[in-house]
Amino acid sequence: MTLRHIALLLLSLLVMALFLASLLIGPAALGLKQSVMALLAGEGGPVALVMQEIRLPRALLGLLVGAVLGLSGAAMQGFLRNPLAEPGLVGVSSSAALGAVLSLQTGLAASFALALPLSALAGAALAVLLVLVMAGPRGGALSLILAGIAISALAGALTSLVLNLSPNPFAVMEIVYWMMGSLADRSMTHVWLALPFMAIGCGLLLATGRGLDALTLGEDAARSMGVDLARLRLLIVLGTASAVGASVAVAGAVGFVGLVMPHLLRPLVGGRPSHLLPAAALGGAAMVLTADIAVRLIAPDQDLKLGVLTALVGAPFFLHLLWRMRGLEA
Amino acid sequence: MTLFSLDHLSVRRAGKSVVDDVTLSVQAGECVGLIGPNGAGKTTLMRAALGLLPHEGSSNLARLPLGERARQAAFLPQNRDIHWPVTVDAVVALGRAAQGSGKLHAEDRRAIDRALARMGLADYRDRIATALSGGEQARVLIARALAQETPLLLADEPVAGLDPEAQLRTMQVFADLAREGRGIVVSIHDLGLAARFCTRLVVLHHGRVVLDAPPREVLSDPRLSEVFGIRGFLADTPDGPVFQPMAVTR
Repeated sequence: MTLRHIALLLLSLLVMALFLASLLIGPAALGLKQSVMALLAGEGGPVALVMQEIRLPRALLGLLVGAVLGLSGAAMQGFLRNPLAEPGLVGVSSSAALGAVLSLQTGLAASFALALPLSALAGAALAVLLVLVMAGPRGGALSLILAGIAISALAGALTSLVLNLSPNPFAVMEIVYWMMGSLADRSMTHVWLALPFMAIGCGLLLATGRGLDALTLGEDAARSMGVDLARLRLLIVLGTASAVGASVAVAGAVGFVGLVMPHLLRPLVGGRPSHLLPAAALGGAAMVLTADIAVRLIAPDQDLKLGVLTALVGAPFFLHLLWRMRGLEA
Repeated sequence: MTLFSLDHLSVRRAGKSVVDDVTLSVQAGECVGLIGPNGAGKTTLMRAALGLLPHEGSSNLARLPLGERARQAAFLPQNRDIHWPVTVDAVVALGRAAQGSGKLHAEDRRAIDRALARMGLADYRDRIATALSGGEQARVLIARALAQETPLLLADEPVAGLDPEAQLRTMQVFADLAREGRGIVVSIHDLGLAARFCTRLVVLHHGRVVLDAPPREVLSDPRLSEVFGIRGFLADTPDGPVFQPMAVTR
């Protein structure tokens, strides 16, 4: 058993433990046995309601959102061969956010439960189409980054415009809070909406391992080893769009997970992108579950936003990593 | 057996002709040195031949589907990228990806061992490739291309920046492979090494083939000094011809 296998095993156990912890933590003081019984037995009492309708979707979404952010971050870094890459780079996150913001602003979000996440998904889909058209047919990384940056900037500008022109301060506040990212008050409906897109996205991203490994030696070498770069790029873009688009749709913007997790795990599982993919998914799930437990424990009455916490912890942590890398490169 | 054939291959970039109507073939058993000054089109020729660049005319490799192409020809690009901290073994194993399903079989392991041994890297297996010196990394990447065990190998300036031992070892490996019946196309600036190890030299100038003959003939041809702007000293030794550039002529 290598260090990599041990790391994967420990990560899996950690994610399981955190998932259970997430189920057991909340404002309603429920005993361990009581909670588990209620969850499994599913009788219609208030405890079962809390477990099944509030805590289970929250824990599931924490797991799923974290996993797709970690996985797509690792895939994006592998494809672009750049440790600073993150899933938002292809413009999907900001476009999904724009979709959500528009639905909040127009009042569509209030018309039916899934209006907001569906608008976000539509935004992500539009972004991915634009990126693919703009990036051209040859599968290079540079054109993809540039197209992604341009579309992110455009979506960001339009989001600002919506906020700027919004006549309703409450809508502005709602939008700003939504953009901070949260898993509070989500239902199983959100899980069922996001799950298929996330599953498809993860499937596509996990299929990129071999191509990403070959890309370690550069684009020419990879193509000469039989890797179809155009196909690889399509898998990455569609996979990220589907998984991260769904994640933003149900949880808003949760930053730094896709950026930090691959970094943190690379020393443990080795630099091979194909080995990093599953590890980063587990690591991402652990990070988001931890952060979501933390927001409930740190400020139970304040509704501290998940995205605020991940960025608040993630950014200094990232600085620390850079500091250490700086030492190694000298 | 013809392993490599270009038929009126041309590459234009930004309206400028970089490779101009090149017709060339390489047989099994040949080690062909592609020589020419900087900007002569050597790299572009190789990349177009492999279908990595849009081109006119035809190349037998570019016509093949990607997977089949990777089983026919290995390519060692000029830029020596190893982007992530992976082991030497993992880098060389990438050469086997073209051959199989992704799982390494016993035959793949043997090919990796052979490639490592040929490049004198047997003891480097578990070292992290990115932590090695530039010259060692270059040898690791050559081993990766060797592990592909294709009938044809295209190597773009494989010995640039290597120490004399690694240069000689690399060129000796290419010459050995050719003797074993493979085809080698190697672009190289060191005319001495080209004279010593290649069975044939192709001189490229402004994208055109100017000379195509055995080393001795090419290196004694007066057109050589026109192309390179140098004159050199050519002598025969028991190990083969020796060429030493002596002075700039323009």
